[in-house]
Amino acid sequence: MTAAGWAQLIALIVLIGVTAPLLGRYMANVYEGGPSRLDRVFGPIERLVYRACRIDPEREQRWNIYTLSVLAFSVVGILLLYLIQRIQSGLPFNPTDMANVAPALSLNTAVSFVTNTNWQSYAGESTLSHLTQMTGLTVQQFVSAAAGMAVMAALIRGLSRAGQRTIGNFWVDLVRTTVRILVPIAFVFAIVLVATGVIQNTHGFTQVNTVAGATQKIPGGPNASMESIKMIGTNGGDFFNVNSAHPFSNPTKFSDFLEIYAILIIPFALAFTFGRMVKDKRQGYAVFSVMFVIWLTASLLTIFLEVGGNPKLDARGVGVSQTVSASSPGGNSEGKEVRYGPTASGLWAASTTGTSNGSVNSMHDSFTPAGGMVPLVHMKLGEVSPGGVGVGLNGLLILAILSVFIAGLMVGRTPEYLGKKIQAAEVKLVAIYILVMPAIVLIFIAISTFVRSVSDVSLLNPGSHGFTELIYAFTSAGNNNGSAFAGITANTAWMNTALAVTMLVGRFFLIIPTLALAGVLVRKRRVPPSAGTFPTHTPLFVVLVIGVVLIVAALTFLPVLALGPIVEQLGI
Amino acid sequence: MARESRLVEPQILRRAIGDSFIKLNPRTLMRNPVMFVVGVGSVLTTILFFKDFGSSSTNENVFVGLVALFLWFTVLFANFAEAVAEGRGKAQADTLRKTRSETVARRRRPDGSVEEVPSTALDVGDECVVTAGEVIPSDGEVVEGIASVDESAITGESAPVIRESGGDRSAVTGGTRVLSDEIVVRITARAGETFLDRMIALVEGSERKKTPNEIALNILLAGLTIIFLLATVTLQPFAMFSNAEQTVVILVALLVCLIPTTIGALLSAIGIAGMDRLVRRNVLAMSGRAVEAAGDCATLLLDKTGTITFGNREADAFIPAKGVSEQEFADAAQLSSLADETPEGRSIVVFAKERYGLRERELVGAELVPFTAQTRMSGVDMDGRSVRKGAADAVRRWVEEQGGAVPPELGDTVDSIAAQGGTPLVVAEAGAAEGSPHPPRALGVVYLKDIVKPGIADRFADLRRMGIRTVMITGDNPRTAAFIAKEAGVDDYLAEATPEDKMELIKSEQRGGRLVAMTGDGTNDAPALAQADVAVAMNTGTQAAKEAGNMVDLESDPTKLIDIVEIGKQLLITRGSLTTFSIANDVAKYFAIIPAMFAGFASLSVLDRLNVMQLQTPRSAILSAVIFNALIIVMLIPLALRGVKFIPTSASHLLRRNLLIYGAGGVIAPFIGIKLIDILISALGVS
Repeated sequence: MTAAGWAQLIALIVLIGVTAPLLGRYMANVYEGGPSRLDRVFGPIERLVYRACRIDPEREQRWNIYTLSVLAFSVVGILLLYLIQRIQSGLPFNPTDMANVAPALSLNTAVSFVTNTNWQSYAGESTLSHLTQMTGLTVQQFVSAAAGMAVMAALIRGLSRAGQRTIGNFWVDLVRTTVRILVPIAFVFAIVLVATGVIQNTHGFTQVNTVAGATQKIPGGPNASMESIKMIGTNGGDFFNVNSAHPFSNPTKFSDFLEIYAILIIPFALAFTFGRMVKDKRQGYAVFSVMFVIWLTASLLTIFLEVGGNPKLDARGVGVSQTVSASSPGGNSEGKEVRYGPTASGLWAASTTGTSNGSVNSMHDSFTPAGGMVPLVHMKLGEVSPGGVGVGLNGLLILAILSVFIAGLMVGRTPEYLGKKIQAAEVKLVAIYILVMPAIVLIFIAISTFVRSVSDVSLLNPGSHGFTELIYAFTSAGNNNGSAFAGITANTAWMNTALAVTMLVGRFFLIIPTLALAGVLVRKRRVPPSAGTFPTHTPLFVVLVIGVVLIVAALTFLPVLALGPIVEQLGI
Repeated sequence: MARESRLVEPQILRRAIGDSFIKLNPRTLMRNPVMFVVGVGSVLTTILFFKDFGSSSTNENVFVGLVALFLWFTVLFANFAEAVAEGRGKAQADTLRKTRSETVARRRRPDGSVEEVPSTALDVGDECVVTAGEVIPSDGEVVEGIASVDESAITGESAPVIRESGGDRSAVTGGTRVLSDEIVVRITARAGETFLDRMIALVEGSERKKTPNEIALNILLAGLTIIFLLATVTLQPFAMFSNAEQTVVILVALLVCLIPTTIGALLSAIGIAGMDRLVRRNVLAMSGRAVEAAGDCATLLLDKTGTITFGNREADAFIPAKGVSEQEFADAAQLSSLADETPEGRSIVVFAKERYGLRERELVGAELVPFTAQTRMSGVDMDGRSVRKGAADAVRRWVEEQGGAVPPELGDTVDSIAAQGGTPLVVAEAGAAEGSPHPPRALGVVYLKDIVKPGIADRFADLRRMGIRTVMITGDNPRTAAFIAKEAGVDDYLAEATPEDKMELIKSEQRGGRLVAMTGDGTNDAPALAQADVAVAMNTGTQAAKEAGNMVDLESDPTKLIDIVEIGKQLLITRGSLTTFSIANDVAKYFAIIPAMFAGFASLSVLDRLNVMQLQTPRSAILSAVIFNALIIVMLIPLALRGVKFIPTSASHLLRRNLLIYGAGGVIAPFIGIKLIDILISALGVS
């Protein structure tokens, strides 16, 4: 790893370390509805929305109504997005003359963006109209992120309130998240991106003659506005097919740095929001530490594995050097943009998979087997390091509850987290939460191995590498990540449908137990802490949760990994 | 109930081995999802063994047979663990049943005549006459008379106890024997619902319900089992996709090794053993829920008398009034107390003897003046001299009535003793006739002190380290209470406590989310006992108290509340430690089985590099993991029965310690164990 690479990593860490607590405090105030100097700006907008949608912001919901609200909002979102794609050729603002999208692909894409996955079975610039991208996809990139954060706010309320029944109002949480957090940040960030060279226009294709004499169609479009929320809201779905490797989406090393920061900032900041909302900042620090340690480890592992490349190539003397030189960033450069090099590519790969963002600035398929396994495993940890906006913190809190339950008995008391006793009802919901993702991922990979189109059409590589591509696709969908390993043709009837189902289950079958858990917890009385209380803010607890996160994933996925990337790496 | 120092008796072991097979009944197994899965695996592999007997290669057939054998052992070992844990209780229940053998009761008719009926025919409200040598036919309350009763059948305590009508010592238990005198007992329990019946059911575990934490843990274990079931079932398609199809035996072996069999096998044994530990301390818990709650307790309400102090005030100093010599005062104090049979009075005599060398004397011609609620004094009149001892104001009034005066310094002494938590007793004298050598005057003050039990302050410090608050309950005035509270090291006290105060304290602690434990024996304790989360009634207490509590201490030792809390904690710690150990074990098993599964396939043989234990052959690797998985259950049975060592310390310290032993240890131990078994298998040439 070069000095510049280190400098970039350290600068990123410092920037997050400084800004995350500040943003976290701001967001806590948003969810607690406290007074703010910004009320003068945002208050009227919110009231307008409430009046238009007939929302009574004072009326709170129990968990079941909250859940139904989330589901209803999401179903409507899917239908709307499906419809826009199906009729886009007849709708205005279609300068590139895109045809209507096929049913299976439309469904896949609609589900993908409503579930905050942003798995893209299509190529944006050659499939969707500008209108679809703007009013369909970009809108969902805002509200799906806001919905995830609303669910998180509800779970935190479940922990911080005692002896109550309601966990907030979904519509209020949704509106406040969008108006006060996502839109302002995305607006500012979009302008910054434009400054770095990301395009934002209404053009269709621009025909140019290349030096070689050929003609080339250069796409245009409202990209910066989408790029911005794509990162901020851990969505990951780009305007262009090659995602953040595209020069219009990620033109320079500086834009690359800012975009990585944009992926990470809200998920990390939410740890501090959590600490503030439960009135114990140390709890937030502990959660942050778990997220940070796993993210940093995954980042360093990916970076070093990619910087190291395949040393056997050097040994063979086939003329491909993996060492750093004046003309080469060194390492494994296949599938990577030279303007980022292996360090920034590895850092992006780890960050995008730890956050359920899913954007890519390099092709993970071309990583070394071990280097590609790290992003894969990072998703399999359940997207908790730091995870997608809102849902990442949910996952981590649930794993913290699991850790408390397993190890908490060892202090001789009924396990409790933040003073809430963890008993049968909680454990049942935690077990369901933990079970759903591996179940859907493993079952669909298993079925896919029998589907003819998978081996005939979808998988572009044979053997263990092809198997890894299949594992990666369903892991990405099941964890609502949306990054693609590449090397797989996903636009088939089976893959589109199976992945859509996986995304839906991976999103809503986790949200339902999460909100149910919030509903159970909010009614519980709080046990005051004492010397006999299992401490959940200490380094030991951080180590414990990390251990549980790793062991739960390892025990579930070790066999499948052994047959994919592990055997491939060992075979080098 | 005789106490045993040995963990398990040989005859209990023999019986448990038999029970292990009886428990193979699928309906019994079904209650434990983890072991049920193992049971299904055992049947499946056994069928495979017989199906391929002779047709497949001998080596493969032996391998399948051995896997099947050890899967059966896994189930049997789990059953054995539970059976051993139940064994002690069953043996005790048998002993108790002998006590319950039918007796003849002498029922008193309303007209006063007595008829003989079998004890089972008795109804609630019947009155029976029981005389010396007879067995009390059923639970009841003494309504007439007083008797000494041998309760050893229930409590194991050989010293007889006094039972009398009225008051807090009126409850008698069916099955105990009257040793002297005659009492009339009003029956309070229907046949089959007596204390003895409940006790038999409890120690036998026939009414055992899963406790809340046990239920929660079972859900988690079921969840893990489902995850591993999925991981194993889906592995076959993955293996086929990689052209490395697996045999059913190997998949079953993998599944059984992964699911949490260790804790699944020992979970109920841990719970039963926890209850049994209480029974061995002569505490009967009416539900396992109460035992768990004991571990959760945040506040202990402890009666001062009997728990914190010995219950009797003892003389600690003689402080003579001005112009009275110490020896003179000691003499008068002893004289005033010679006839006083109260513990306080006796302690004054003992103190006078030990400190001033005054021997007891015969009171010739003395007239004893007993203590009454009106005079609040006692003493003697002898040789024309009256000596009185009592509360300061009462004695002052007496001296003044006799025409004397009490010097103000004495009042100061009295106040300072009271301020230190002691009880001042003033001794005064007066001559009966005018001009007697004994003018009416106060002689001095006896400093009576509540003696705090030695070592109790250390135990409270332990409790504080565990995060448990102790509150002393006393009828004393706040000053006295504060002083003793400080000396004993309790965190708080409730002085001049009425039953209502006590109730309010419990409720306010519970409102704050804290679980409360207390002991009680009197009828007026019953509402508080019913409200508390852990309520230990003394066996000597009233029927009402016993019914309100959720535990009964047969030895009636209120200090035991602290032991009960520790046993509750130990139960939870044992459960948590073995769960952690069980899950941590899986890491090593993967490293044994995954390489072994794929070693035989050329394209995947590189996975053999994961064989970090260097196990000899794939079959030996899988077999070693299965054998380890079975043997670890047996090896942990003693730990499950005895409980993990409990150290009274803070949660963070406990966590660090147990996480290191059972977490880290759980990861490392199977690597060593599996390797050793593999060496042994290879040496024997089994596969």
